[in-house]
Amino acid sequence: MAYQVPRPKLTFAEKIYLPAVFAGLRITLGHLWRMLRGKTHVCMQYPEEKWDANLPEHYRGAPTLVSDEYGRTRCVACQLCEFICPPRAIRIKPGEIPTDDKFAKVEKYPEQFQIDMIRCIYCGLCEEVCPEQAIFLKKQYAITGTSRAAMMHEKAKLVEMGGIQPGVVNKWNEKK
Amino acid sequence: MNALLEFLHSDLFFMIWTTLAKSAGLLGVVLGMVSYTVYAERRVSSLMQDRLGPNRTGFPLSVVGSWLGGQKWKDWSPILGGLGQPIADAMKLLLKEDFTPAYVKKFYYWIAPGLGIAAAIIALAVIPFGSSIAGVPMVIADIDIGPLFIFAISSLGVYGIVLAGWSANSKYPFLGAIRSTSQLISYELALGLSVVPLFLIIGKLNLVEIVNYQVQNGWMLLPGITAGKLPTLQQAALFVPVLISFLVFTIAMFAETNRLPFDLPEAETELVGGYHTEYSSMKFALFFLGEYTAMITGSSFIVTLFLGGWHCPFIPDGSQHWWWGLVNIGVFFTKVFAFLVFFIFIRWTLPRFRYDQLMKLGWIWLFELALVNIFLTALIVAFVH
Repeated sequence: MAYQVPRPKLTFAEKIYLPAVFAGLRITLGHLWRMLRGKTHVCMQYPEEKWDANLPEHYRGAPTLVSDEYGRTRCVACQLCEFICPPRAIRIKPGEIPTDDKFAKVEKYPEQFQIDMIRCIYCGLCEEVCPEQAIFLKKQYAITGTSRAAMMHEKAKLVEMGGIQPGVVNKWNEKK
Repeated sequence: MNALLEFLHSDLFFMIWTTLAKSAGLLGVVLGMVSYTVYAERRVSSLMQDRLGPNRTGFPLSVVGSWLGGQKWKDWSPILGGLGQPIADAMKLLLKEDFTPAYVKKFYYWIAPGLGIAAAIIALAVIPFGSSIAGVPMVIADIDIGPLFIFAISSLGVYGIVLAGWSANSKYPFLGAIRSTSQLISYELALGLSVVPLFLIIGKLNLVEIVNYQVQNGWMLLPGITAGKLPTLQQAALFVPVLISFLVFTIAMFAETNRLPFDLPEAETELVGGYHTEYSSMKFALFFLGEYTAMITGSSFIVTLFLGGWHCPFIPDGSQHWWWGLVNIGVFFTKVFAFLVFFIFIRWTLPRFRYDQLMKLGWIWLFELALVNIFLTALIVAFVH
């Protein structure tokens, strides 16, 4: 047997709707009036006002490559980030460090390091998987461009965005 | 040559060019009003919901807005900015791709938007939007069947909706069109019957004469007072039926113009967009324009019938000087705009009716109320002096 949804018994005032109309108008016009007097706290006016100072420590913005205190890009081109990247945004072309270099024992460096910011989903898995702590998600979030090529972050750009971040992994430094 | 000069000096030519000028002027004012009603709708709704709404578009005026809002000099303002938004919207709609799906019935699909807006605009022709300027009455067509003409033409507007819904060959537009038809037929009765008491009182069907009656005897909703005298016993007694008539007419007008709480034909949560789901670009914009023009036509009609049209106490009419004629036009459009703002307030306050509630309200409450109101008025007109 079909279940009959019980309809509430309405009083006369409820049936003619008009008192409810005025009660509703009181609420909405109250909001309007408060807004017009500037008493309502509204959302931030984005390009003029920004929340940058309040971004939390763990904020995940654009991925970048950091350098150590000697200016060496920390990345050793192990390609773990390339393999783990879920949207496959990262492309690395490893290169060999010549034997007469100061950091010859590192052996590899990224000749090319591309992150396609159209594909990147800011998940932070590259940062998590990196054994060298070379890739970090910094706090830049306004990544824009007018073409697909502009959204492809090359190594130079990534290094520039990452900056120098000393004192994380020191295993390649000179023995004291 | 002489014949041409004679024609240029004839009354017929004078009538032709003044009518054309009035039509063009009225159309311009109304279309401008439509776009700014849309803007007002967006701003008022957002302010009511503690948001800001479009507050950036527009070059010079928004700067004034920022200055008025006590802000620093910048190109947007929280309260008055974004006055260029309607222009930007119109540009966008004009430049968008006009897509006609392959499965629609093309002929009807193409004429439907035009029908919708034509009905709303033609109905404006009989509304007296001002007194007179230099002896030219400020009404395009001064005919003796004004309200009947408006009812006849504005109910043609449903053809636009029905044809759009049917020709789109898709289920949601079709449902919207069916809802719209039944809704309009239901509320047309209450709409027509609710103003009969006014014609019983005034005894004329010419809208210009109806406004003149209100100039001499006070607005229908403020009997006697706006004419600077106390209401007579009959006027005081007639206030009750006039008020009922005003309420019924206003509610029916909301339903006629498909405004919330009666916007079931386009209920976006249920029907995607209702009858205009399959339309894009300027064809969609024409429906939009038609809807808001119908709102303006409806508001003008209410203002003309109940709120004294262009009349405002202490402001003389256009026979004194031509600038008073302009002031009268301003008064009329101010009243219309106030009513449009009321439309907007109601829209963002009330939830949508259920369909059975809508039909019950139309057939059981408004229709009966309007019917009884006619007899009440007739009794008062006949026996109270």
